[in-house]
Order: sequence, then structure tokens, then C-alpha cells
Amino acid sequence: MKRDFNLRRSWFEASARARLAGLLDAGSGKELLPPAAAEPSPHLAALGLPGAFDDGVVVGSGRLAGRPVLFAAQEGQFMGGGVGEIHGAKIVGLLRRALREGPDAVLLLLDSGGVRLHEANAGLIAISEIMRAVLAVRAAGIPVIGLIGGSCGAFGGMGIVAKLCSHLVISEEGRLALSGPEVIETVAGVEEFDARDRALVWRVTGGKHRFLMGDCQAFVDDDPAAFRAAVEALLAESPVDVDELAQLRRQQAALTQRLAVFGQCRDGLEVWQALGVAAPENVPMLDARALVSLKEGLSA
Amino acid sequence: MKLNDILDALFPEGHRVDRNDKVLIGEATLGGQSIAVLGTTDAAAVDHAIALSLAAAVLATIEKHPGRPLLFLVDTSGQALSRSQELLCLNGSLAHLAECVDLARRRGHPSVALVTANAVSGGFLSFGLMADVAYALQDAQVRVMDLRAMSRVTKIPLEQLGELAGNSPIFAPGAENYQRMGGIEAIWPSPSPSLLAAALDEAVGRCRAGDPRMAIGRVRGGRQLAATIAERVAGD
Repeated sequence: MKRDFNLRRSWFEASARARLAGLLDAGSGKELLPPAAAEPSPHLAALGLPGAFDDGVVVGSGRLAGRPVLFAAQEGQFMGGGVGEIHGAKIVGLLRRALREGPDAVLLLLDSGGVRLHEANAGLIAISEIMRAVLAVRAAGIPVIGLIGGSCGAFGGMGIVAKLCSHLVISEEGRLALSGPEVIETVAGVEEFDARDRALVWRVTGGKHRFLMGDCQAFVDDDPAAFRAAVEALLAESPVDVDELAQLRRQQAALTQRLAVFGQCRDGLEVWQALGVAAPENVPMLDARALVSLKEGLSA
Repeated sequence: MKLNDILDALFPEGHRVDRNDKVLIGEATLGGQSIAVLGTTDAAAVDHAIALSLAAAVLATIEKHPGRPLLFLVDTSGQALSRSQELLCLNGSLAHLAECVDLARRRGHPSVALVTANAVSGGFLSFGLMADVAYALQDAQVRVMDLRAMSRVTKIPLEQLGELAGNSPIFAPGAENYQRMGGIEAIWPSPSPSLLAAALDEAVGRCRAGDPRMAIGRVRGGRQLAATIAERVAGD
């Protein structure tokens, strides 16, 4: 009996290496400091915890649609993608390499809760170093593209790093925020944020909300091929030489305006309604294509 | 130490710093030179409004006072914890503030951060750690999370964490640990104009070079791996 399997792959469920395999041109990826040449974190060992030879992030170079790119892919399945000393240093090193090599883009496949608490001080300083390095790469005219759709989303300091990228590509499964809902619930109470209400969590931090609000530039299906197509489209855009001060002035005005208009909202549903979405309650059911055309209708 | 006492001690030539709720914005004089002073006080939880006020002050300094040095006074308990703040992408406003500080650096404004009382995670990342160089007052608390909460989240017994904290700067709260790792340049016994003048000189040097914190952490022994790993990946 012949069975017809639907072999669509999921970005959410894939490992960091499997995501890269689906994102880059076949056979083009080269890992820097591969597991065979590396040591696991001694700080985790000191706590009696298992380490990983890549410390939860794969960095290297490759091609996408023939164009040279550098990449860092976080592995959410290892320590929640948390940034420790080695993990952070690998990303900083990759960004420095970008300044020297001048690739067409740096791709950050984000999947992280932020600082790895077991190495909290090293992680916090490393995230600050990543922030400055991302901005140095952008200032050199190299786009930094963030991809969000993994199980850990982009939270904490890595949520800040995400928002420093030139462009963000996100899927419905992707989440982007600063404090996790669990942290807010623990500190401020379940009335403030019920972390077990998954639908609410997605309406506040999820990919659809971030795309509708303009915090992410591209919205894609949970599929490596869709992420690849979105990056390819971004790479095809010709770079524009912007006056950075004028650009930050515009960003300042937009964020100030947004806070004035939506500052009292507490649910994505309220925001979408205020944005002019006719049936906000239907947004969670829309597929990627329908959501993108809904967004285009709003900006028109 | 009270905020006004800190300002008086740093700027005997005079200061005019407005305090609006927990946000500080103003200017002061040191060695005849004007310095932009901005930051937070009373363990402010940084929210959209605070981040945008500080960002506006940084942008105004870039526009109106080319090259003027920036002093960030840091007293933050971290980021605001609320659903409405997250709904509007709080990490985005913090990133915006960080971008403004970074643009000031690239436009030749040297910047110094001084932790006056508390420096915690997201609030510290968005401006204090973006400065060219950071310092802390003697009694300042610098941390991601206190050990008790860390023990709860990591499920590692508090006694074990406390024991390890004694011989590793890697996770336990404390400005000294950040100093050993290169995140904080020095701890000041008390604020003084001469320490600040030296800090501004240090910032002028760093403003033009790359980020030296990893290399400093290696020299001081607090971060023995980071600099070498980054060099190997960067290929320099």
C-alpha cells in the first residue's frame, strides 16, 4: 500500500542544525569552532550539569541563494538557548568576523530565553557585547537578519538583541518579548498575566501580534523553506543609505505615538481592533498569507 | 548615598539635573566642560516611558551639543514587569534606547555609566552597559537575579550556589564580580570629580576603539574563556 506523507518540516520542532540545513544552499554551511574543536562550559560542569560541545549555538558561514552569509543558530533544546560565557563569545566572535569579511548578511537564528542563569554575570555582559557588535555590523552597512520561530522564542536580553536587528522574520509559533509570562506571573500575580493561558500568551508575545504591530518585518509559515524565502527576499532588497539620526528620530516619534495610543491595552485583541482589524477574534485562525494581506490592507 | 549628595560630590562646579519621577535629565560642569547627565533613580523599573525619555535626551544631546560627554547614573531594579508593557514590545523600546546610546558613541560622544545603587538585567543592558565604560559606587548592587531566586529557577540548592559563589565570579551578584569580568571598570570608594574626570578620559579612548571588555575580563581572570573563543571565531 502506498501512503502519501505530508513531509512539510517544522522550524519550531527542528534542531538548530536542521534549521540551517533548510535555510542555506545545500552543502554550503561551514561551522566555525565545531564541536570537535571545542570544550563544553566548565561553569555548568562545576554545578554538576551536563554541557554541550557547541554550548548551545552553532556559528559559521554559508550561502543563501548564492550569496555569502554568516550565521549563528541557537539551540533552544539546550539550556533554553540561554547565553553563557562561551555561547555569547561565539556570537560576538561571529559578528567581529562579519566586520572583517563583509558578508551580504548575518543571520541570527534566535531561540533563547536570554541570560543563562547558571552563568548570569558572564551572560549579561556577553549580551551587552552582542548588542554593541550587532550595531557595529549594521553601521558597517551589513544587514543583520533575525529569525524567530523556535520553541524558546526570543526573550530577555536576546529579545533586545532581536530588536536591534535590521530585519526580523517571525512565524506564528515565534514569540518575542522581554520578560517571560511566568516571570511576570510570579512577581505580579496570575491576574496580571496567566502564563498557562497559551492563547493569551500568544496574543501578547506571539508572531502574529508582533507582525501586525510592525515589530517584525516578515511573517512566514512554520517551515524552513518559508524562512529561507523571506531571507532571500530581504537580501534582494537594495540597501538604502539612511541618515541614522533622522531614522532614530522617526523611531522615537513612532514609539512615543504608539505608547500614547495603545498604552492602556492589555490584550492583542484590543490592539488589533484599534489598528482597524474588522474581526480581531479571527486573527488567531488566519494562515500566513491571509495575515500578510490583512496587514497590507491596514497599512494602505 | 542620596542622589543630591552624589551630584554635589561629582560636580562641585555646579549641576542642574531635573528629576521627573524616577528619570534624571540635565547637565553639569566638570573642569569647565559641560556634561549631559541622565539616568534613573530609586531603583526604577525601566518601562516604555522611561526608555523613551532617556532616548529623547540622548538624541537631543547629539543634535544640539556635538561631542558633549554623557554621564549615565544607573539605579534600576530591571525592566517593568507587566502585560501591557510586553504587549507593546518593551524589548523594542529598550533596544531603541541602546541604539541611541550607540549612535552617540559613533558620533563622538564619550559616555560613562555610574551605578549608584542598583543595576539589574534589562534596565542595566539598555543604557548602563551601552556606555563606553561603567563604574559602580562602593555599596552598589549589580546582578541578574538574587541567589535565592536563582536557586528556585535553576533548582540548584542555595547552599551549593552560595559555596560556589565564593570562588567563581560567574553568576553571583556583586559589583566586584562584574569588575573581574570586565563589565565594570572599577568600584569607587566615593564619588569625586577627579575619579569622574579620569573616567571620562578612559571613555574618550574607548569611544574610538572597539569593545575591550572581553579582553579585560581575561586579564583580570574573571572571564578566562570568552576573549579566546571570540578571537578563534572571528579569525583575528
